[in-house]
Amino acid sequence: MNEITCECGHVNPEGTVLCEACGKPIEGNQHINGNEDKKLLNMRYDGSARRSQTYNRTIVDKIWNFFSSVKVGVWLIVLTLIASAVGTILPQEMYIPPNVDPASHYRDQYGMFGQIYYQLGFHNLFSSWWYMLLIAMIGISIVIASIDRFFPLYKTLKRQKPKRHELFMKKQRVFGVTETEQIDLELYKKNLKKRRFKIYEQDGHILAEKNRFARWGPYVNHIGLIIFLVGSLLRFVPAFYIDDFIWVREGETSMIPGTEGKYYIKNKDFILETYNEDDETDARFKEAIQKQGGPIPKTFQTNAVIYERTDDIIPGKEPELAELKDTQAKMNHPIKFDDFALYQASYQLNEFKEMTFKIHDKGNEDTNYGEFTVDLSDPKNEYTLDSGYRVEINNYFPEYEMQEGAPVSVSKYPKNPAFVFSLYPPDSEEAETSFLGIGANVDASGENDYKIGLVNFDVRDVTGLTVKKDHTLPLIALGGAIFMLGVIQGMYWNHRRIWLQPKENGVWIAGHTNKNWYALRQEINKVISGTHIQEPRDQYEKKE
Amino acid sequence: MGDLSAISGNLLYAAFFLYLIATFFFGATIRDKKRAKNRTAGNIGISITILGFITQVGYFITRWIASHHAPVSNLFEYTTFFGMMLVFAFIVLYFIYRVDLLGLFALPIALLIIAFASMFPTEISPLVPSLQSHWLYIHVTTASLGQGILSVSFVAGLIYLISQIDQSKSNKHTSWLEFVIYTIAAVVAFIVLSSTFSALNHQTVFQAPIEGQQTEITYQMPAFIGPADGELVTEEAMQPLVEAPGWMRGEDAAVKLNTFILSLLTGLIIYGVSRLLMRKRVGAFLQPMLRKKVNPELVDEVSYRAVAIGFPVFTLGALIFAMIWAQQAWDRFWGWDPKEVWALITFFFYAAYLHLRLSRGWQGMRSAWLAVGGFGIIMFNLIAVNLVISGLHSYA
Amino acid sequence: MKEQTLKKKRKRLVFRTVILAVMAGLVIFALISNAKEEKSVIAKGEQAPNFQLQKFGSDGETMALNDLKGKGVMVNFWATYCGPCKDEMPYMEKLYPEFKEKGVEILAVNLDSTELVVQNFIDQYNLSFPVLQDKNGQVMDLYNVSNLPATLFINSEGEIVEKVIGPLTLSKLEGHLQNIVPEE
Repeated sequence: MNEITCECGHVNPEGTVLCEACGKPIEGNQHINGNEDKKLLNMRYDGSARRSQTYNRTIVDKIWNFFSSVKVGVWLIVLTLIASAVGTILPQEMYIPPNVDPASHYRDQYGMFGQIYYQLGFHNLFSSWWYMLLIAMIGISIVIASIDRFFPLYKTLKRQKPKRHELFMKKQRVFGVTETEQIDLELYKKNLKKRRFKIYEQDGHILAEKNRFARWGPYVNHIGLIIFLVGSLLRFVPAFYIDDFIWVREGETSMIPGTEGKYYIKNKDFILETYNEDDETDARFKEAIQKQGGPIPKTFQTNAVIYERTDDIIPGKEPELAELKDTQAKMNHPIKFDDFALYQASYQLNEFKEMTFKIHDKGNEDTNYGEFTVDLSDPKNEYTLDSGYRVEINNYFPEYEMQEGAPVSVSKYPKNPAFVFSLYPPDSEEAETSFLGIGANVDASGENDYKIGLVNFDVRDVTGLTVKKDHTLPLIALGGAIFMLGVIQGMYWNHRRIWLQPKENGVWIAGHTNKNWYALRQEINKVISGTHIQEPRDQYEKKE
Repeated sequence: MGDLSAISGNLLYAAFFLYLIATFFFGATIRDKKRAKNRTAGNIGISITILGFITQVGYFITRWIASHHAPVSNLFEYTTFFGMMLVFAFIVLYFIYRVDLLGLFALPIALLIIAFASMFPTEISPLVPSLQSHWLYIHVTTASLGQGILSVSFVAGLIYLISQIDQSKSNKHTSWLEFVIYTIAAVVAFIVLSSTFSALNHQTVFQAPIEGQQTEITYQMPAFIGPADGELVTEEAMQPLVEAPGWMRGEDAAVKLNTFILSLLTGLIIYGVSRLLMRKRVGAFLQPMLRKKVNPELVDEVSYRAVAIGFPVFTLGALIFAMIWAQQAWDRFWGWDPKEVWALITFFFYAAYLHLRLSRGWQGMRSAWLAVGGFGIIMFNLIAVNLVISGLHSYA
Repeated sequence: MKEQTLKKKRKRLVFRTVILAVMAGLVIFALISNAKEEKSVIAKGEQAPNFQLQKFGSDGETMALNDLKGKGVMVNFWATYCGPCKDEMPYMEKLYPEFKEKGVEILAVNLDSTELVVQNFIDQYNLSFPVLQDKNGQVMDLYNVSNLPATLFINSEGEIVEKVIGPLTLSKLEGHLQNIVPEE
């Protein structure tokens, strides 16, 4: 026999602290809430039977009970809090400059401390396994603690009876005895109804209750948190979440990564605007602009065309494209199509696009034997000029560097272009070779008659866009919304109960609330005004 | 346009003085011997506070019109707004609980915050592209309101501590309380130093290498701590006593360190002198004035109620709205930026507070100390994260 | 009564075990996914996805992986601006004639953007195997290759037998090629 039958006749489950119906403290279980010898009852979870406190035999039960404990939950929160704070002392790895070795970066920038920080893994704290484990344990704790508390509390509040045990009444924090026969119970009830209490009666005992739903707030917000966490977890499933990045040069059309070759983007124009103090609308910022000393950006925008591929998708094959939309990406205003969104994330200004050269006498820059223009993303093998001169490109280095005395290119992007030209004067098969780069114009043999010089160049901008597909957002938003509802439900309403017990010569009154006792007493005062019931006392004793 | 921003500035001054006057009226309530009988001083106090609040709203609106965007986009504007929200939260809680003493402490804290705000550059600044979003207003104002309400919890906690800590002998509680009071003194010191030297137009200029480049560094206060390897340019200026350590990066690192240390030292002087005059711990000096007026249980409940009201607002503004905006502007709703992390830390802290209070019965003294800790975290997020730990949110 | 409580207890144990197991499963999933590299090159044992690219030095002639069914195929991702890629080109050139006889094709997928540069390179190194042009990096994206050089060895069934990220030595290259020679 595990059930406990109370003297009022109600059968309570094992582990009950206060009888579900009449509230009488059940002897032998008072240690659970620490009620022994106390003047007041601990009303936590209304004295319901929290199973975690009762069963503790198998290993499963032990793990369960560990996570069920609020103390453990608070410890997990505090540990996560401290870890997070430590993680902000130095910048995380994702915020240090790219292309540097993190190990040496932390050592060089922050010395010994930086090195220790790096070696302990704090540079990548928020994706470290142990930080994730902390969050996961908070999640588990939320689930188990809620299951363990919600159901017993729900049942207890459902089974409560207006008629309470005397001991329960006396040991409430707000309690009062009135000895008079003039009590106006009708007015009392009217007052209660006016204040939107629900009234339950049993043999002249009156229970007034309001806002019981506020007690479910914590469980609702915990459900929200769990949905939020599950949503974040789904990001690891590729079907739900894509995060990619693309650079597109002005005038170029590129495949959008992450779309499996289905979508293409053309960068028509990248626009960078800055605030201008001489402009009429920006004049109000004059002081701030002057103080800043440098330009303050106003707009980052990519004018783009999104295309959809219409032929069978064979990667590498020249695609047939149909225009989907002509639009622009700005900060705070991403381009959206299908399930994807393109965010303006980065840019590079003034990458070389075309260069125009002229041929002149080595000793005299004013001579001109013709000009030619090289498209840096698609240079031709040779250029024949009207004047009969012919230039062959022997070698082209889009981003040149000298390595071991020889020019090499370190990327395919024309950021620092250099050429090896062979120049054939009219009717000559003898070539003059020269090396030409920015700030370098080397005559290979030293005996050239002509020189090729840069006269003009054209640049273009490159836009950097983040490509996102995120099906977890609705779930995460739902979790956040439920969390907010739960918090508001639990925090902005108070569960209040007032018990009234008829006595031979007057009444007893007792009150309970889950929070804000002062406000409860105010409310009781309003309810009893004019009824001749005396104001109950707050029996709470301050202990330091 | 210029007129409007001048009006706006004057309205802020007016609000500041109104709060100051209101503080004196709330102070006068201490003299009322009988509890809750004579409400005249309190009523005048709250009326002036409301007037001040309306005036500050006037500042906010005129500045909005002048700048064409909600004035919450730089450190000055944000901090001022935070002070305004603190006053607003105080007014709300005052009407729930009618505790006059709350005004005596909440308003000076708000005054300090507003004064602190005006130490930052006050000109109207343009918005960089990522800030050009309605979510800037929604996120920042809600977060700030949440922080304001949570700060009232600190105010009530402080009243609780001052009135209830056992001052008969020195103990852990008294020492920490003195530390909190000293911190406030240091903030006062910072404000006094900054405004004095800026009124005197003080400037000390150095030449120092920053990231390998010789850069000119200007101090607005006497330089006790010079920049690393810096050379004094200003004639007749005092030579710095020490140099800032080389590992401190950035142009302003040494300047900030100098200001920080000077404020701490001046704060120490202010605190030390007050203590000498009072001939006892400041807490012990203040206690008798409050003891009779304070109903500890009520103050404790005010402190808790503020958290209960402020926590959802803070979560909504500083986490949920922040995430929505971050998703739009930076394509991810969460990026572990220091400011974000500290908002999360604040959230965790108050979540722990609520669990400890609801499930483990932490009330009274412990609860009050937690409220002080929470305010510490909020201030850290406002000041240290913006000025020291840089990130996407760094205004300065 | 006794039986009922026993049943209740068993039910409770099952309930708790199931909840704990589900949550442990989720946590393990999260930790493993987090530990994995964000994008990994297409794995060993998978079918190589098809692609079709233009050949250098031809007038728009294209080659598709699917056309080479029945042959072993080595796909090498490279670029002229990648030092180690250049080093392994002579090895490939050296082994190509021998393995072509045996039914193995070498496809060198190039990621440069300027034809001139690549053509110069092919001429300089005298490459005889097909060099394909993946100007926009589509195939590279398809195979999730992020670092060059990367080499895949595909058998006659179209299955990826081996993948090598980083440079190859002559002997290693020969060994891997040997593995994808189709059986007669």
